[in-house]
Amino acid sequence: MFNDKTSKFLLVAGLLLILGGAFAPNWIVNQFMFGFSRALAILGLMVLWRTGLVSFGHAFYFGLGAYAVAILDIKLGVTDVFLRLIAGALVAGTAGFLVGFIMRNYRNIFFAMLNTAISMVLFGIVVKTEALGSTDGFAISMSTILGVSPETKYPLFVIITLVGMVAAILVNYYLKTTFGKLTTAIRDNEIRVEYLGFSVAHAIHLKYSISAILAGGAGALMAMSLGQVDPESMINWTVSGELVFITILSGPGNVIAPFIGSLVFEVLRTYAFELAPQAWQLIMGATFLTIIFFIPGGIWSVLEKIGGKKNDK
Amino acid sequence: MNKGLVAVLAALVVGAVAFMLTSEKPSEEKKEATAPVADEGEQITIAVPSFLTGGAAGPFGIPAMNGAKMVVDAINKGKLPAPYNTKGFGGATASLIELDEGGGATKQVAEYRNLVEKRNVDAVVGYISSGNCQALAPIAEELKQFTIFATCGTPRIFEEAPRQYVFRTMSHATADNTAAAMYVKENFPGMKGYTGIQQNYAWGQDSWRDFDLTLKQIMPNSKASDNVQFPKIFAGQYGSEISAMSLDSADLVHSSFWGGDLEAFIFQGAARGLFAKKTGVLTVGGTAAYRLGKKLPNGIVLGARGPYGILVRDRDSVLNQWFINTYKNLYGTYPSGPAYQYGQAILAAKIAYDKAGSDPSSEQLAGALRGITFESFSTKVEMSLGGGHQAVTENGYGITKYDEVNGENIVTDVKFYPASCIMPPDGVGSVEWIKGGMKGAKC
Repeated sequence: MFNDKTSKFLLVAGLLLILGGAFAPNWIVNQFMFGFSRALAILGLMVLWRTGLVSFGHAFYFGLGAYAVAILDIKLGVTDVFLRLIAGALVAGTAGFLVGFIMRNYRNIFFAMLNTAISMVLFGIVVKTEALGSTDGFAISMSTILGVSPETKYPLFVIITLVGMVAAILVNYYLKTTFGKLTTAIRDNEIRVEYLGFSVAHAIHLKYSISAILAGGAGALMAMSLGQVDPESMINWTVSGELVFITILSGPGNVIAPFIGSLVFEVLRTYAFELAPQAWQLIMGATFLTIIFFIPGGIWSVLEKIGGKKNDK
Repeated sequence: MNKGLVAVLAALVVGAVAFMLTSEKPSEEKKEATAPVADEGEQITIAVPSFLTGGAAGPFGIPAMNGAKMVVDAINKGKLPAPYNTKGFGGATASLIELDEGGGATKQVAEYRNLVEKRNVDAVVGYISSGNCQALAPIAEELKQFTIFATCGTPRIFEEAPRQYVFRTMSHATADNTAAAMYVKENFPGMKGYTGIQQNYAWGQDSWRDFDLTLKQIMPNSKASDNVQFPKIFAGQYGSEISAMSLDSADLVHSSFWGGDLEAFIFQGAARGLFAKKTGVLTVGGTAAYRLGKKLPNGIVLGARGPYGILVRDRDSVLNQWFINTYKNLYGTYPSGPAYQYGQAILAAKIAYDKAGSDPSSEQLAGALRGITFESFSTKVEMSLGGGHQAVTENGYGITKYDEVNGENIVTDVKFYPASCIMPPDGVGSVEWIKGGMKGAKC
């Protein structure tokens, strides 16, 4: 599992960043926490994208993960970071598995819009229900780690980086297995895959569930790093759009790409917000257009170009 | 992955780690970058968040920001009327950082952390949305950052937990709604039933709760509709809600809508004759008075969340006249409530800085503002609730009328209620206070 270059690189890079984070000022650590949390969801979307499926509704799972953390905190007082993370991933994963029975039958625009529809149902429910915090959402208490409440955010950053690293290595491994390799095969020709003896529906269902688990975990980690959840920032379709945006920004080339892409997005947004408080959306939009027009392969393709020969497909 | 790519990635990671290790807290550099160069002496940075994008920007966010800018500028130059005619904030010149409040509470939490930890601002003064304030109060406490909320209204902020670093320089939603209820009782004693339309978040929920509870106390014979509308904030379309309310037997419609939502509701409601059939009570209607002109129906009970905007246009104190005239010269319209409220919050920051001495810490600033009473542009502000962190002021209502001669809206039958009449005493929650028959109210 660890003998390819990507995994080795992830291990070393993750550890180096954890070391570096110990000395970094808070705001930089924050950027990494937000970026890497979100990267988990992007990782899942990347798996779907390689299969030729784009979901405009993964904020559903992202939000489920985040709200699982919030509700556990408020109703049961659960503060342990691992319990929260597992709960978020589990709730979203279960939902993803169930919804997957429907989703695996749809492709293209129908797949994208059906996902949006489901996420907006959740959005509507949360916004209308005062017990779920309606538009205000909830504040979340600081996470504890195995019973210890940390003084700074650094331990959480370490955990997020480690979780991201492990998830990326696992997804990388999965993509190399036979079932994982079906991603591009399904995108290219579903009928041939069926004739090879694999069930396309099963393969898509599995990938969909994986992406839901990852998005749920991402939502849980995001909720913990921010200390706040609300439907506008966690479940609305704009969040789904944001996730797709980062997926395209990152490029589908490698499991490392989502981490770089999310980080770039986070920094870009912070500075756009800082430099142009009235027109920050314009900067984000212009970036998006630039990427679609000039670098459709995302940041990853640029890195590949700088690094020399293009990856053989 | 080939070797070249690994090399590029390795360089990226090394670069990121090096960046982590070498970047210092950017405070000093930032201050130099944003402050005017010519001035000598100390510099401070004040972050002012307000809605700069989205539906709330035009009617609410931009006037608020304008009010803040105008007052900061006047303070820097020492041009405010006495007794605030000393130059600067405790002598220091302030540079103002504009910030967009849109995008939801969670985004605001992230941006607030950036403000404090990355941009190292000295004070944060602003926020319009109750949702944002509620989310940020615990964060401000966690980061120990001196913060003044300018406009947001939910009473929960100081009733849920004691605060050390967070202040609010205007009354909260309870005052708006108890005053509205009293005004209704005096001017529409025959009112039999009332309904409402509120945004479904802290502000709307609290506003309705307080209005409803107060009327149950003071007009027990009127009946609340069991079909109160709670659409989502920034929804913009209220056709079905307006139809439902038109069919309701209630003869009064209360709404705590504000900003773009309010204007959309007025347009859509007026077109369907809602305000011809029922009396409208708009607790944040003041902003619409100047913007909508003739399109604002006559006979609406209009509030401005306190003695601000159109309700105080003819108060002739020096401070108020300075505020109105300067604003009109700069921006071409009369100042509405949000402009006053942001100006008032900035003024409170100046008072805190003047009192706290040079180069004050957040603790010293908080200590300086806690529990004081000061004369603001249009009214007297007493920081008397929430352990000296929550202001009370008088609150008033009037009835709209279009003045054909001058081509603008005016308000008639304006009445103000003193703070002690419409706000609970310190330590008593709004809901218990109203339910308990508003004990200790001095009207």
